[in-house]
Amino acid sequence: MDLLNALVALSNFVIIPAIAYGSQLALGALGVTLIYGILRFSNFAHGDTMAFGAMLAVLITWLLQSMGVSFGPLPTALLALPFAILGTMALVLLTDRVVYRFYREQKAKPVILVIVSMGVMFIMNGLVRFIIGPNDQRFSDGERFIISVREFKALTGLKEGLAIKTTQGITVVVAVICVALLFWFLNRTRTGKSMRAYSDNEDLALLSGINPERVVMYTWLIVAALATTAGVLYGLDKSFKPFVYFQLLLPIFAAAIVGGLGSPLGAIAGGFVIAFSEVTITYAWKKVLKYAMPESLEPSSLVQLLSTDYKFAVSFVILIVVLLFKPTGLFKGNSV
Amino acid sequence: MKKLLLASAAGALLAGAASAEEIKLGVILGFTGPIESLTPSMADGAELAMKEVSDSGKLLGGSTVASVRADSTCVDAAAASAAAERLITSEGVKGIMGADCSGVTGAILNNVAVANGVVMVSPSATSPGLSHANNEDNGLFFRTAPSDARQGVVMTEVLMEEGIKEVAVTYTNNDYGKGLADSFQAAFEAAGGSVTINAAHEDGKADYSAEVGALASAGGDRLVVAGYVDQGGSGIVRAAIDTGAFDTFHFPDGMISAKLQENFGDEIEGSTGQHPGTDSPGATKFSELVGDSFDATSPFTPESYDAAALILLAMQAAGSSDPAAYKEKIMDVANAPGEQIFPGELGKALDILAGGGDIDYVGATAVELIGSGESAGNYRQIVIDGGKIETAKYR
Repeated sequence: MDLLNALVALSNFVIIPAIAYGSQLALGALGVTLIYGILRFSNFAHGDTMAFGAMLAVLITWLLQSMGVSFGPLPTALLALPFAILGTMALVLLTDRVVYRFYREQKAKPVILVIVSMGVMFIMNGLVRFIIGPNDQRFSDGERFIISVREFKALTGLKEGLAIKTTQGITVVVAVICVALLFWFLNRTRTGKSMRAYSDNEDLALLSGINPERVVMYTWLIVAALATTAGVLYGLDKSFKPFVYFQLLLPIFAAAIVGGLGSPLGAIAGGFVIAFSEVTITYAWKKVLKYAMPESLEPSSLVQLLSTDYKFAVSFVILIVVLLFKPTGLFKGNSV
Repeated sequence: MKKLLLASAAGALLAGAASAEEIKLGVILGFTGPIESLTPSMADGAELAMKEVSDSGKLLGGSTVASVRADSTCVDAAAASAAAERLITSEGVKGIMGADCSGVTGAILNNVAVANGVVMVSPSATSPGLSHANNEDNGLFFRTAPSDARQGVVMTEVLMEEGIKEVAVTYTNNDYGKGLADSFQAAFEAAGGSVTINAAHEDGKADYSAEVGALASAGGDRLVVAGYVDQGGSGIVRAAIDTGAFDTFHFPDGMISAKLQENFGDEIEGSTGQHPGTDSPGATKFSELVGDSFDATSPFTPESYDAAALILLAMQAAGSSDPAAYKEKIMDVANAPGEQIFPGELGKALDILAGGGDIDYVGATAVELIGSGESAGNYRQIVIDGGKIETAKYR
């Protein structure tokens, strides 16, 4: 029995990666849930909005790097992030003006808007690949680790190592800041309050003199900022590849629905639920159990519930279970 | 008598026409896709052999050889088959130097080459599944790379000599990866080693920490990565180093390229690997022949030169560029008896064959075709020393 080593191994392979992944999902799911709450449709183009924002950040990072600008031990991409957000804001406002506004004026049904958003998704998808190509791009720089395995082992003398990547640390910090800002905005500012009113009851909000176009515009601006941040953090932590963002759509939607569509708090909780289930169900527990169990009970097999190939299947299953038994999600959002 | 004369006159005319022909050879390699950093120099290698033969002016009474490139994509069987179909039906190629990855090579062979009766010589398809013991390929398929069944045995020898008895294996989820991982596991366990886990990974993912978590849990002294350096293989190695799961690795051929050194450098110090290669004089002669025009030591580049050379020499031996005729001659020109032929001596070989003599093509990779027409295999064992890929020895 060696609980300390078990804990370290568990943190290294499960807890830390899942927290980072969960934060990225939560930021993505927040964007989806805001659109659902205020514009009342499921935005399938969200994954590719993230890809577009991340692509802008990659390009601006390269520009900054070529000018010799760096951010010390932190990745240069963080400096590029505000500019990328501005670019993405311009893009989503343009799509809203050109595409979505037309259907809003028609009072189109949500299902039609969903199909429209799929069209937007394919166009954005093509745009990103056209500009930067379909390949992997590396854009992280600065220090790679807050603490590396070797340092940790030397520091503690434990058999197991623990690594915390700079990008994982940044992901969590940035996510916390974003969420805090978002809740402050929604709860304390006039615009935020009018957005919540519009989300709760559209007719009542209109009667009380809220300008709907203004609410819609602010929603898109916030969504663009969230999507870009999520995209850049994911790209920094893993790697930037346009197609991967399209695949992220499933866990992001699963997170938003599990938490309850339209509920920001639910989106965050959902993000972590999905991330932790994906990682723990596909993790091979042999190593941790070997430390945590008495010698006689040590497992000889891998103790892996599902092969890692089935990672996405986990979010599918959770999605189905939630839709069957609690369609409004954990935090009483709207049912789908 | 009159008829016979006419026939022979017509035959002479035809032969005359044939002697002036421009022979097209297809070069089907994955110019895009998971091994795209290897293929440009492979194609250059093959085209070098074609140029050498054309410039000599001795092939089939002065025929020239032109190369037609096509993209196999390495992974998309449908795209590769379509590319091969185009080469054969609209370009009219007489033989194919390719394809590269085992999956697409099998697809082209079964769907296109056998149906059209065109010879394929692959420089790099190494799946044991492509050894056609019962002539399913109509004698049309050859390879200058050895089968992975052989590579599995060599890998076992390398690891055993290093004193490593327990390894984890991860392979890219396709014909190449699975074939190699399985043949390695069989050989390693037969030699008394143990494989703690033999798990697949998918290419093209952004994040491999889950896969590495499973590999780390299973444990082992070294991680064998039977993947691609431009794809998931590098992702696995990166995640394994970051989480401290493994710090030394063993790399089969798909992982060894300048990219590996560039990506990881001294982070994988002490790792080992092997890829087809030889220290026969042919390799040096090939490097001299190539000079600075491309990287002659890049994996499968010498094999590509040999693959193209074999096709052309077999044509000369058969006296025809018809695949049905020259396919019989490939084994003859590749193996003893006869005069040994090294890179840069293709002109001499064409002379000997034209005179009815016999050659033993050695080429850049000490070609010796066995079984149904695949290389017996020579391997270059490498070690990462000082952040660089260094040759340990040849075996």
